[in-house]
Amino acid sequence: MARAFTPKIVTANDLLVGDVIYLTRSGAWSRLHEEAHPATSEEQARTMLEHAQKQSDRIVGPYLADVEIGDDDRPHPVHFREVFRTRGPSNYPHGKQAQ
Amino acid sequence: MYVYQEFDEAFVRERVRQFRGQVEKRVDGALSEDEFRPLRLMNGLYLQLHAYMLRIAIPYGSLDSAKMRQLAFLADKWDKGYGHFTTRQNIQFNWPQLTDVPDMLEALADVGMHSIQTSGNCVRNVTADHFAGAAADELEDPRATAELIRQWSTDHPEFQFLPRKFKIAITGSPNDRAVTRAHDIGIRMIENDAGETGFEIIVGGGLGRSPFEGKVLRDFLPKDHLLPYLEAVLQVYNLAGRRDNKFKARIKILLHEGGLEDFRERTEKAFEEIRARFERPAGEMIDAIAKWFEPPVFNNVQTHAFDKALDANPAFRSFVETNTDEHRNPAYAIVTVSLKPIGGTPGDATAQQMRVMADIAEEFGHDEIRVSHEQNLILPHIRKADLPVVYERLREAGLATANAGLISDIIACPGMDYCTLATARSIPIAQQIATRFDELKLEHEIGPLKIKISGCINACGHHHVGHIGILGLDKAGAESYQITLGGDATETFALGERTGPGFGADEIIPAIETIVSTYLDLRDSEEETFLEAFRRVGMTPFKEKLYPEGKSGEARNAA
Ligand code: SF4
Repeated sequence: MARAFTPKIVTANDLLVGDVIYLTRSGAWSRLHEEAHPATSEEQARTMLEHAQKQSDRIVGPYLADVEIGDDDRPHPVHFREVFRTRGPSNYPHGKQAQ
Repeated sequence: MYVYQEFDEAFVRERVRQFRGQVEKRVDGALSEDEFRPLRLMNGLYLQLHAYMLRIAIPYGSLDSAKMRQLAFLADKWDKGYGHFTTRQNIQFNWPQLTDVPDMLEALADVGMHSIQTSGNCVRNVTADHFAGAAADELEDPRATAELIRQWSTDHPEFQFLPRKFKIAITGSPNDRAVTRAHDIGIRMIENDAGETGFEIIVGGGLGRSPFEGKVLRDFLPKDHLLPYLEAVLQVYNLAGRRDNKFKARIKILLHEGGLEDFRERTEKAFEEIRARFERPAGEMIDAIAKWFEPPVFNNVQTHAFDKALDANPAFRSFVETNTDEHRNPAYAIVTVSLKPIGGTPGDATAQQMRVMADIAEEFGHDEIRVSHEQNLILPHIRKADLPVVYERLREAGLATANAGLISDIIACPGMDYCTLATARSIPIAQQIATRFDELKLEHEIGPLKIKISGCINACGHHHVGHIGILGLDKAGAESYQITLGGDATETFALGERTGPGFGADEIIPAIETIVSTYLDLRDSEEETFLEAFRRVGMTPFKEKLYPEGKSGEARNAA
């Protein structure tokens, strides 16, 4: 049996501000993790990443990150690093958590 | 304070102008990120987890009030009102926007500052004893030599693409406050039997993935030979250092693999070949630079203010006990201004605090401020008679935490709160340790104890040389912390020894408490410091308390 595919989202940093951004269903970028569009197959993930890589004039360093689809049908980060990236640093209320 | 010459000024301005053009090209799409990345790194601009980060060089950690005020200005105008002082005696701003950075660099150039050689495989910012020019135990102020090395290495045509980054530290005192044994080159000023000052050259030290204590390459190098000798070391390294594997590219690996003798032979040979090219003896150059580092004109008039305040104010007395050191002039003191308020972020200062430091330095401190690798600020020349007033000013600004060298004076790298390379967070661990021991009211009873925390194997937080070192790792998708004991950054250098398996984020504070209470139980007197006690009893008693289920923690491993 093929190993189950872990859903993935595409994330990067905004070129001008540096803030964490996520690729949405429409192919645009959002600052909110919950608006990230999860790829549910290897192929879809690859296509989405390639789409992101072509936008290097607006974004920096796109990559795929594992997510879990919650009961709310939204993607949730799996690794703690990705959880921190949805919020900002823990020592000040700066970054996304401030907004 | 050294004033940049015209050459520096023109060079720095030109670099800013170039970078402005490069940013414009990146924004309008003419440069790809692959093309732009090395250019921004050359100007100290990193992309971190949540934002860009601008690292600014503070050569040998020396600042004056004008520079400090400009840093405050940058913090307010382009950042979030604070800056982070690092173990490399630099400052980092965590929130600049890309298109603002050229303006920030321009503003820095106005006060003779820049971000050059804060990144990349070149000779990085030279670090020095933060008590330079003030310490009672000092042979000679090492900053003139550090400045000469800065000038020699800046934009050196041969050494811009070394196998890896290269860090040089220098001290002029027998008490090593510059961690010279953990640098690619460590330089100690010493005196030979004939009474001449020269240098002991230590090479191949370093922390990171494979920590090594530096080894003495030359036990006495006459001052005049400094530049050709350093050039020889760099040449040998540049040719022989490994470029096939980033993790094996530092000079410490070359020394480890090829041996000290082989490296020494090659260096001496290269030195003989090139020394004639260096016409002007380095000693003469150092003397010429030294006039910029003349000691201030001290005001030796004493008043009763100091003694009165000592008697009347216990908080002041406690501050003087922990946060001042002996100055070469008995009427003066060296003041360590702790950037470690209980529960705060180690190394952070607000723009307001920077301005207070600038004001105090200007009014009472002969216009000198230093950044220590321990992430504190130093006022190197404060007249004791002025100390009570200085203390009050510091206190009002939240800068009078009396904890220098104590358990809450923790080094912590930015870790996974900011750094893309991190495998775990370090700042919250530092905050929790400081808060916990403050609650226990044990700090002063524990005495000198240096905790150093890194958020990954790169060891920017110097964890290997902490009396207690903490390394944050990612263990199967959770933050995990490895502890080392017995590390020492000074002239009695030692690399810490691992206690055993790591601890989870919720176990690490209790583990530190266990270590400290074990020490308090077994020390033979109140005078025996943690490090002395560890050296006497070794690891075993600590292990037994940390891993009660099995001496070496096998049970934890199996679990
Ligand atoms: S030690 Fe690691 S986590 Fe900490 S600042 Fe250095 S690279 Fe980043």
